[in-house]
Amino acid sequence: MGFEKFGMVSHTQESKAEDFVNFLEQGKVTGTKCKGCGTQYFPPQVDCPNCMTSDMEWFEVRGTGTLLTYCQVNYGPQGFEDKVPYVLAIGEFEEGIKIFGVLNRTIREQEIKIGMPLRVAPVKLQGERFSFEFQIPHDGG
Amino acid sequence: MAGGLPGKVVSFYFVPLDPVYYVKDGPELAGHVPVRSEIQGRNSLEEVAIAGVGQSHFSRKCGMTIKELSFVAFKEAMDGLAIGKEDIDSLIICSSLYDRQRSAENPITEYLGLNPKPTFLIENACAASSSGLRVAWALIKSGLYKIVAVVGVERMSGQTSAEAAEMMGRAYDVTWESSFGLTMPAGYAMYAQAHMARYGTTQRQLGLVRVKNSYYSTQNPKAVYQKVLTLEEILESPPVVSPLKRFDCCANADGASCMILARGDIARRIAKIPIWVAGLGAASDSGMNRRQSLTSLTCARTAAEEAYAMAGIGPGDIDVAEVHDCFTIAEIMAYEDLSFARPGEGPRLIEEKETYLGGRIPVNLDGGLLSKGHPIGATGGSQIRTVVKQLRGDGDGIQVKDAEIGLAHNIGGIGHYANVTILRR
Repeated sequence: MGFEKFGMVSHTQESKAEDFVNFLEQGKVTGTKCKGCGTQYFPPQVDCPNCMTSDMEWFEVRGTGTLLTYCQVNYGPQGFEDKVPYVLAIGEFEEGIKIFGVLNRTIREQEIKIGMPLRVAPVKLQGERFSFEFQIPHDGG
Repeated sequence: MAGGLPGKVVSFYFVPLDPVYYVKDGPELAGHVPVRSEIQGRNSLEEVAIAGVGQSHFSRKCGMTIKELSFVAFKEAMDGLAIGKEDIDSLIICSSLYDRQRSAENPITEYLGLNPKPTFLIENACAASSSGLRVAWALIKSGLYKIVAVVGVERMSGQTSAEAAEMMGRAYDVTWESSFGLTMPAGYAMYAQAHMARYGTTQRQLGLVRVKNSYYSTQNPKAVYQKVLTLEEILESPPVVSPLKRFDCCANADGASCMILARGDIARRIAKIPIWVAGLGAASDSGMNRRQSLTSLTCARTAAEEAYAMAGIGPGDIDVAEVHDCFTIAEIMAYEDLSFARPGEGPRLIEEKETYLGGRIPVNLDGGLLSKGHPIGATGGSQIRTVVKQLRGDGDGIQVKDAEIGLAHNIGGIGHYANVTILRR
């Protein structure tokens, strides 16, 4: 239990990576890093197929990233009808960590441009749910 | 298990229940499967051919069950072959099962009259039936079977668009991707946006792909859409997931396809014009944020290289191609991933009408997924049917003159799975 609190719609109730949700509650977006080979995983994996071990540590994704691509969803799937329009995006952060997620709703489509600076931040949703989103950095990147 | 099963029980599994079944196609094969040393040097035994192809009419609502749909495709594929259904050694069903039915291989196998032949299901999202062909090829090459039927089927009309989009969206990683409302058009829209930013590709160029495919669709009586769309209509259609507009997207459909594959020597005997499997390539890729490229489907590129190498040919040798145009951007990327055009130069191929009949490399002469319709599990087999018909010279009004080598490019998910199949007359 614990993982069902993640995301706008949850399809996963249990995961060994549920600390991810606990870190979101504490204000951190995190990935995992293999203590053996140093491979970094986002989204976090608790097992490393590179060296076939499960000795992982958590790291926080920090700093300013870059928008790699995006799209604006005007017709959503079942469960998202009342959330449209929303903007999905992929951003690249420090050490080449790439993240897929949703853009903050207050950013207008005309403001969005591939290559613009981004930061990733945890968000608390209705009903004690937690997720993360991309925002425009306050310092302008 | 120490000691294994008792000897008697083990041997029971290897006693043919019906010895007649093993001597169907000639005394030279009676009772034994050729070993590798026997196969080597015997060309027709080494090769695998497509003996028959069929498909149902693709429609928005078929008014049939998946069993009845499958029968339509199976009947057309068997038509004209010098075998009966009892000669088929195994049936592979390819589907993502948008229907209520689970384990669809059971009712379909019985409906086609193929019990007690072995059957199983392949689910590979939209790439299921080209994966079915790949597995059938391997089963025949191994010597296990001589004739295998591959049926792709999907019935999507039982669901609303939003329901189907949600179910399709769960073909992504449900833990990390579907939870954000990621859909199939959204995935391809992110590729389109990146392609536009990097290469200056325009919505007009995307629209030209649909203009072409909507035209050829009107020449295909089995296609969903029978109306030629103008560029203006396409550009004025509402954005579904920007930058993709309504007419940049294919439609869910009901439909079935069927391929009958046979060992070379048998194919020569049972089919008027066997079409040979010359090259196969397949690959997979990661979740969306971990892609090497956002302007090219890496797995399609890998699959293409593998298929060209196996066939011993290059992209310039392809006379006719079917590519996975679930969205207009997908056809542009396919031109580039198959090396019909250099990266970023795909739009020029459609601008210069090089992918029309009479152009350098005609693509999607059956209307493509965009206008023919896209019944997920049936699509790969339908693409291969079109290529087979072209290579047989059976293209009716839309025939590439003297086509000898054809290619089918079938993608599952947003470039999660890719199969490239090269066929030869």
